[in-house]
Amino acid sequence: MEKSKRNQRYENYVASVTPQTGTWHSLWNSFWIGGITCVLAQGIGDLYYRLFPHLGKDLIVNYTSMTIIALAILFTGFGFFDVIARKGGAGSFLPITGFANAMASASMEFKTEGLIMGTSVKMFTVVGPVIVNGIVWSAVAGMVNLLLSGGV
Amino acid sequence: MSIRTLHKGESGVFLTNTRITDKIGSKPAQTIIYKNPPHIIGRMTVVGTKEGKGPLGKYFHRVLSDDKMGEKTFENAEIKMLTTAIDGAVDNAGLKAKDVDLIISGDLLNQVTTSNYVARQYHVPYLGVYSACSTMTEALNLASTFISAGHFDNVLCSTASHFATAERTYRYPLEYGCQRPPYAQWTVTGAACTVLSSDGIGPKITMGAVGRVVDFGTTDLNNMGAAMAPAAMDTMVALFRETGSEPKDYDLIITGDLGKLGSDILRDLMMEQGYYLGQRYIDCGNMMYDVSQHCYQGGSGAACSATVFNSFVIDKMLMGEYERVAYFATGALMSTQSCYQGETIPCISHAVVIER
Repeated sequence: MEKSKRNQRYENYVASVTPQTGTWHSLWNSFWIGGITCVLAQGIGDLYYRLFPHLGKDLIVNYTSMTIIALAILFTGFGFFDVIARKGGAGSFLPITGFANAMASASMEFKTEGLIMGTSVKMFTVVGPVIVNGIVWSAVAGMVNLLLSGGV
Repeated sequence: MSIRTLHKGESGVFLTNTRITDKIGSKPAQTIIYKNPPHIIGRMTVVGTKEGKGPLGKYFHRVLSDDKMGEKTFENAEIKMLTTAIDGAVDNAGLKAKDVDLIISGDLLNQVTTSNYVARQYHVPYLGVYSACSTMTEALNLASTFISAGHFDNVLCSTASHFATAERTYRYPLEYGCQRPPYAQWTVTGAACTVLSSDGIGPKITMGAVGRVVDFGTTDLNNMGAAMAPAAMDTMVALFRETGSEPKDYDLIITGDLGKLGSDILRDLMMEQGYYLGQRYIDCGNMMYDVSQHCYQGGSGAACSATVFNSFVIDKMLMGEYERVAYFATGALMSTQSCYQGETIPCISHAVVIER
């Protein structure tokens, strides 16, 4: 058809003139921002271990994650998480900080519609897919594991 | 069908008081030549902080120091912004609110709420219009038609958009840390109002062109410039062909919010049609922000072209720098649902020609 040919031609043309994100540049930015986040988290974990050695490794890991989540939410509230994320990309998208930011930003955004119809309803608009897919695929993985290992 | 090319000054083109269809036969044309061209007698623009810091900052009539304007919600701020623009424009025109015969207004929010709530405050006839970012030219064309036909004397055309409310309607929460591709654009926070009148001394709207919905199959919600450029091309070619004019017959040709990428694409598309736009062509979105403001390809939104037109462009016209300006605002007519359903982005562009 004439129209689809025209559209195809236009699409090719647009693709040739549209600027693309620089791969190496983005990789470098996400590497150092993600890296710093991890180093920071490790530092916090080490500090907890030094302060409360009786807690055990597992609990320390949990407390560290919670601290990082709290920091990400705090940064979102103060309005500079998105500035870091704009630069860091996948580096700041690291599951827990990105997740915390997505939930906090949505609940802040929709506060104007009230606590029930706003915050409660819209809190999961961005993270909903993460939760759904997380549950579904972990269930699938569990099933596969069960079949392979025979329930041991 | 071939259309005779007329040149500037040659009798008939810009002087006729007839609709161009009368001249070129039975084909329903897009161009309207207004028999009684309305005058722009008042205007007011209000923009947000970021826009005020841009290259055009000094031209805007009011720059907000707080994008929320002391309101509880951004939606209320947008309403207040539009009200400020309307009141200012009415004042600027030397009228009182009761002298206004009709308000034509539109914005980007669902059910054009901003305009509806603004109109609630004035007890005058009101038409709410939606044409995405080309709302201003749609309103100007409607108003000119009403005035030219003698139905109304003083008509207000206004529009507003707000970065925060548009983001919420079309994209993600404000503080959500997402990356934008380098070809994305930034919704302009601002409101503008133009007062058109059957008599007065300001610049006249002599012609208009009603756009057709054009879709070249673009699907990327972020690449608005590429989606809208063909629509601008379609209306531009129609206006040029039907009036027998060329880009050089206009001192300035402006498009709404194609951004840097979109305006480059438009130049290429027009070249292919045999029109060289050159230096006389500018894009409002491209001019709105400085490169250092991280707005990628530039501004977008209903207020983008409306604020630039009502400040910078008319200022320059009044100073005598431009005699005849063609103003093509472009709008993308998708919704978030239509895009998630895999639909392409239909676009439109309406035009007005303003002469001093």
